[in-house]
Amino acid sequence: MAAETDFETGVATDIPTDVDTLTGWGRTAPTLARVIRPRTYEEAAAAVRACGARGSIARGLGRAYGDAAQNAGGSVLDMTGLARIRAIDAEAGLAVCDAGVSLHHLMEVLLPLGWFVPVSPGTRYVTVGGAVGADIHGKNHHVSGSFSRHVVSLDLLTADGRVHTLAPGEPLFDATAGGMGLTGVILSVTLRLLPVESSLMTVDTERADDLDDLMARLTSTDHLYRYSVAWIDLLARGAATGRAVLTRGDHAPYEALPLRARRGPLAFRPGRLPGAPAYVPEGLLGRHTVGAFNELWYRRAPRRSTGRLQRLTSFFHPLDGVPHWNRVYGRGGFVQYQFVVGYGQEETLRRVVRRIASRRCPSFLAVLKRFGESDPGWLSFPLPGWTLALDIPASLSGLGAFLDELDEEVVAAGGRVYLAKDSRLRPELLAAMYPRLADFRELRGRLDPAGVFVSDLSRRLGL
Amino acid sequence: MKDAFGAPQSLLVLGGASEIGLATARRLIARRTRVVWLAGRPSPALTAAADSLRALGAVVHTVPFDALDTESHEERLGKLFTEGDIDMVLLAFGVLGDQARDESDPSAAVRVAQTNYTGAVSAGLVCAQALQAQGHGSLVVLSSVAGERARRANFIYGSSKAGLDAFAQGLGDAMHGTGVQVMVVRPGFVRSRMTEGLAEAPLATTPEAVATAIELGLRRRSETVWVPGSLRVVMSALRHVPRAVFRRLPV
Repeated sequence: MAAETDFETGVATDIPTDVDTLTGWGRTAPTLARVIRPRTYEEAAAAVRACGARGSIARGLGRAYGDAAQNAGGSVLDMTGLARIRAIDAEAGLAVCDAGVSLHHLMEVLLPLGWFVPVSPGTRYVTVGGAVGADIHGKNHHVSGSFSRHVVSLDLLTADGRVHTLAPGEPLFDATAGGMGLTGVILSVTLRLLPVESSLMTVDTERADDLDDLMARLTSTDHLYRYSVAWIDLLARGAATGRAVLTRGDHAPYEALPLRARRGPLAFRPGRLPGAPAYVPEGLLGRHTVGAFNELWYRRAPRRSTGRLQRLTSFFHPLDGVPHWNRVYGRGGFVQYQFVVGYGQEETLRRVVRRIASRRCPSFLAVLKRFGESDPGWLSFPLPGWTLALDIPASLSGLGAFLDELDEEVVAAGGRVYLAKDSRLRPELLAAMYPRLADFRELRGRLDPAGVFVSDLSRRLGL
Repeated sequence: MKDAFGAPQSLLVLGGASEIGLATARRLIARRTRVVWLAGRPSPALTAAADSLRALGAVVHTVPFDALDTESHEERLGKLFTEGDIDMVLLAFGVLGDQARDESDPSAAVRVAQTNYTGAVSAGLVCAQALQAQGHGSLVVLSSVAGERARRANFIYGSSKAGLDAFAQGLGDAMHGTGVQVMVVRPGFVRSRMTEGLAEAPLATTPEAVATAIELGLRRRSETVWVPGSLRVVMSALRHVPRAVFRRLPV
């Protein structure tokens, strides 16, 4: 009997499946899905064919903050079972890897060979497939653009069961880069790497007294650094509104290393602290605790320091040292808000920062940076301008309406919010934020008329 | 889909002309709700209710629904879910009855029980099944403090709500881990058409206050909501008052 059923659905009997309630990293809006963990490309294709009426979506390590990798009532392909680095060309600096390979794993393997991932977000625990699907950016966007700029080609499994090998510039490639997994399942990616001489960073740190000071410093000196980011204290008010700590740097050249470090210049040693407890009382991160933290963090930073050597992991991924840090927001979870407004719209940025500061949102992870050129992905987030990202506990009263108001400001300035972090955007604003949305919808309609690829995000926003 | 704050995009109100139902719909339309299904017996009140919500910018459909006609629930309600996800179902129908009359007319008392309890069991199960298949959604059940402890003054209504309340709690446990939230709402005395002309009980509230509490409960993913919140304490004390004393209390 079982064999007959399997024949009908076309699923190989032994693909691991499970039923689970899933959320994004922000731990809001849980929904139930059948989680299928393919271990080969064939199993992935079989799982897509058998996904049923409520469709399927690929999921990596679940670091998207909102509902991008959830599919209520349908199936979710957990891609972490497909995690082999297939080939590395250490001469040319190319790596071919399965979609489920994490940036963490890539770094472990590549760093000793003198290569680094071209773009890294604030966490190493994202998969290559997810990095393309969200077209992630890092602290080097103003120099290097987003992740998909460094993709030479990728293999995409589409709704009809075919596998397409795509190169940048092809419409389907550009729809897939930043397409939130809705064009198909990315199976493998060929990535161009960045050569490095060491696993250390040379870091300059400085403090900015207020937002204008910060923006002036970023504008005049950003081009001198490969990596650049500013942490803002959004609880500081009055004259100190927008005070910040700027951290900028580059990979340390071999000559810059002290003798001791020269023995193993390319060693990859991520530090790891104990994880956050499973249960954290609601409201631990209130105005007062976060305010005290921010005050300390700001005071702790040197007014100005240059050329300090820092481990690559503490420079790029300070939070990865604390497993499950998302639990510190308690059961109610948190919302990440990231928007970008173009150059020339500084007034909007100032107004938004002032509004957040005067509303006293307890946000201790607020980050400002400058983007470079836009990326070709149709739904790619970056555009040349200023981007601000912040975390806020979802339980904060009136937060939904407040963020809606900020959206209005952002959209009026020609800006947009980041879909990989969204969990609450008003669907009506999407088309204004993403002008190529109509092309995206048209292509999806043609490629996937039955709507095989669908996620909670796509249902919520009508992507 | 619901957003991070639990605000639904589509809403089905069972008991479409209910004042609490409409106050909740108005409040949710001000947030994310764009599609509303009002299920109820066809009447001018139902049409007017739909029009009033349309004026707020929502797409509103009316569906003929009779709590007493349990045979039709599967077909009437189940069909709605095939036309797109319904993020939240608000079970808001119910009748107060007339205690004095119903005590002397058992068939009238049975109608109260059948509407408030049997009808809700049937419609609640149909909707819960559909939500479960969908993998997400909230079923919000309007219970009452009257169900917490039977009072001499309205025990027929109270007992029907007690049954409904127990049913909804059990259903919530059954739905645990399915992505579906079942939320039991226990308002106190609500000033509305239903209670017009009745002597007001202490801690009386309004349909709008119930709507606010429902929105908050969705955000917190609560399982039980009291309106006003202080009733939780009051009722937990009253529950333990000896019968002989309770009988004499002016509640």
